[in-house]
Amino acid sequence: MAKYIVKRLLWMIPIVLGIVLLIFTIMHLVPGDPARMILGVTATPEEIEALRHKLGLDQSFFVQLANYISGLFFHFDMGNSYVTGVSITQDVLSRLPRTFGLGMISMLVSFVLGILLGILAGTHQNRWQDRMCMIIALVGVSMPAFWLALMLVLLFAVKLQWLPAGGMGSLKYYILPALASSFGGIAGIARQTRSSVLEVIRADYVTTARSKGLKEKEVVLKHILPNALIPIITVAGASFAGVFGGSIIIETVFSINGIGLYMMSGITSRDYPVVQGCVVILGIIFSLCMLLVDIAYAFVDPRIKAQYEGESKKKGGAKA
Amino acid sequence: MAKQMRIKRNSQFLDIMHRLSKNKAAMAGLVLIIIEVLLAVFAKFIVPYDWNAIDIANANSFPSLQHLMGTDELGRDIFSRIIYGARYSLSIGIFATLITTVIGTFIGAVVGYYGGTFDNIIMRILDVIQAMPPILFNICIATALGSGFMNTLVALAVGGIPGAVRLVRGSVMSIRKVEYLESADSINCSKMRTIFVHVLPNAISPSIVSATMNVANLILTAASLSFIGLGVQAPTPEWGAMLSASRNYIRNYPYMVLFPGLAIAITVLALNMLGDGLRDALDPKLKD
Amino acid sequence: MSEKKNEAFLSVKDLVVEYTSDGQRIQAVNGISFDVQKGRTIGLVGETGAGKTTIAKTILRILPDRAAYIRGGQIIADGKDLLSLPEEEMREIRGNLISMVFQDPMTALNPTMRVGEQIAEVILHHNEISREEGEKRAGEMLEMVGIPASRYKEYPHQFSGGMKQRVVIAIALACTPDILLADEPTTALDVTIQAQVLDMINDLKQKNNTSMILITHDLGVVASACDDVAVIYAGRIVETGTKEQIFDHPHHPYTIGLFGAIPSMNVDEEYLHPIDGLPPDPSNLPAGCAFGPRCPYATENCRKGEIPETMTPDGHKCRCINLDQVKEGGIHK
Repeated sequence: MAKYIVKRLLWMIPIVLGIVLLIFTIMHLVPGDPARMILGVTATPEEIEALRHKLGLDQSFFVQLANYISGLFFHFDMGNSYVTGVSITQDVLSRLPRTFGLGMISMLVSFVLGILLGILAGTHQNRWQDRMCMIIALVGVSMPAFWLALMLVLLFAVKLQWLPAGGMGSLKYYILPALASSFGGIAGIARQTRSSVLEVIRADYVTTARSKGLKEKEVVLKHILPNALIPIITVAGASFAGVFGGSIIIETVFSINGIGLYMMSGITSRDYPVVQGCVVILGIIFSLCMLLVDIAYAFVDPRIKAQYEGESKKKGGAKA
Repeated sequence: MAKQMRIKRNSQFLDIMHRLSKNKAAMAGLVLIIIEVLLAVFAKFIVPYDWNAIDIANANSFPSLQHLMGTDELGRDIFSRIIYGARYSLSIGIFATLITTVIGTFIGAVVGYYGGTFDNIIMRILDVIQAMPPILFNICIATALGSGFMNTLVALAVGGIPGAVRLVRGSVMSIRKVEYLESADSINCSKMRTIFVHVLPNAISPSIVSATMNVANLILTAASLSFIGLGVQAPTPEWGAMLSASRNYIRNYPYMVLFPGLAIAITVLALNMLGDGLRDALDPKLKD
Repeated sequence: MSEKKNEAFLSVKDLVVEYTSDGQRIQAVNGISFDVQKGRTIGLVGETGAGKTTIAKTILRILPDRAAYIRGGQIIADGKDLLSLPEEEMREIRGNLISMVFQDPMTALNPTMRVGEQIAEVILHHNEISREEGEKRAGEMLEMVGIPASRYKEYPHQFSGGMKQRVVIAIALACTPDILLADEPTTALDVTIQAQVLDMINDLKQKNNTSMILITHDLGVVASACDDVAVIYAGRIVETGTKEQIFDHPHHPYTIGLFGAIPSMNVDEEYLHPIDGLPPDPSNLPAGCAFGPRCPYATENCRKGEIPETMTPDGHKCRCINLDQVKEGGIHK
């Protein structure tokens, strides 16, 4: 198992490299000259040329790319912001805990509530509990997260004045953002849980469990849920994407100074190295989460664990 | 044999339609979408005001009989703007999905059928793209292309291709070993013909479901992009752009934020209900 | 014959079970009655879809809630009317007084749980003992079905089909039930393993004086394991008696047909004699005798009303109104 994890970690290197390559190339295609943008319309051609040289923009695409990659991989340096001149790595790292913390809270909420709703629906198929949960879930996947966030602000901050509308501080500042960013995940996980519970509930081993005289709760928790969990974990993995990708929106709405808001500022001020750095960092976090998801599979299903262990015994076979 | 297959496919199609027509939620979704499409197409004859008619005297008026959904900060009728906005939101969703599906299906079918090195390379590229949260990929492309309706559409279409390729590749690979292909091989059908005549039609049903869901997702993503200023720009009445513009008035004029969001939510809900119904109809095993 | 005088330990009376599917009603069990005495084994024999498994699941009340509906009848076990017991009391009976061995060992075990745990679970559930004690007993159960207790912590995917079935049997016998319902316990196994598993069930059963309902379509299994036999066709018992009575003097045309479909070792026959036709559509059973359409002796009267149960000369029961003609037909050995 440890071997498998190490192998997967090593496999992340080419993936991150690929992400950097892709993002760098896309960002390189952005029209316009960054040096002119930084200095403004009043700058002389000489000044612009000097800055271009300083930033390395006068070099070829491949040299720039190589510099960026070596900076990132060997010094964890993602360059400096065009606008503030501050190191992007520093900016990103100082904001990371907020984004990551909010993401983890949202994921936890999504996972727990999603599975609860899904089990309730799946074990009461076609009864009112099922219909209610599925209506909640369907509405949940259909609402734009930022609109939901705005509506939550409207209700709980503006009308009821129970919670702050935005900003950072104590735990209560995190309630609305966490709710807004977990709603999609709750809905997706609930839908998947329901359908995978329905699939498992008819399995012979569930009948075996019932024939043992177990209570329904035990049947659900020990026999249905563990077997229904694999596709649920897959969907939960996708929710990580929603949570971290959506951080730009949630943080903008709630003015949380995390990576999302940083990226947003990069987009509005055309500070492309910042956007690039944020995407790379969020990509790495997301890849790590997906690795955790893969490892979680092994803990849930002993057959997958055996497969992982068998796989790492074989030579090569770097198949994710 | 071809004739038999066609008959079988037709009767399957009728079966699916029959099952779909019995699903009330799916039918409700379909009706809603048809209504929306009609509203969007005939917007000119329906809307009470020009979507861009500024009327400062009546700015910020709450919903009333004159202005069903009120007016925005420039006095433009929100109801009219939302009806016009359906054109942008729906067409971004539908056309981007169409592009995604066509290109994705083509690539997926070819790599799925041939396999080998080519397949390996494509799949590794997709691994990289899919190692990022999809909206980030969309944001990157949208940043590079710049804002505006067409650019947003292209950004969304490109962003969806990896998923479409994977889906079609998976079903093609599961089908290509089936016996009737051996018979197609044995009568010397060309590879391309085999893929497009024999393999694809059987791999298509998961694509239809995912395309329906994809339209819903893209409408959401497009709205998000507009909301952060990367998608369609004001004064175009795209729903996300309307939300973005009215965000600052939420405290005093909450209806400005309420209605465009409702429009998005209802559209996406209708598409999801239809998609769910289609999935159940295509694979009745999943139901009850 | 002395057991016959005993009170039946389990008694099924006029059981009727229906399934609904897509608004269609399917008659799975149509008024079945039989008794099982302490320590005896009754074989329920019939084709796939005749309703045998439904009977077993009805006894344990583990039919799928929404799809199945018990229309009528009584099941008395150990003096209790199982069909009217509250669910909590029924839970105490499942796995304890009555337990079941399922048809397909490949799918009957929970793939995410250690096999030892799956045995310990039922022991701990029905006995007030410590966790360690429960695990110890589960290990002993494993040994008893011929699996080393050292494999307690392994998962089902590490076991072969035959070993999985042994585990399933260990689960079923873990609380020394009074009645064991064995649903085709050997069908999914290799022929060489079948005999072993069957012998093992017989041994364990005799040790604890367990009664057993053995569901099978294999007359060979019946011959080697059963005391009594009930032949089931389309949810009805068409003929029932002791094994000897049924095997030596089958009276019902369907039973005779079943024997005709087995190759005989003694006579050099060129062809088997399959029963013509197919089992009837359970959502649309023919009037009168359900076997009528396939029966070579069927007459006009067979299609009219219920076929009463008659006593055959050797004292077992049979549902056929043309026994004389059947006898003259001369298919008998």
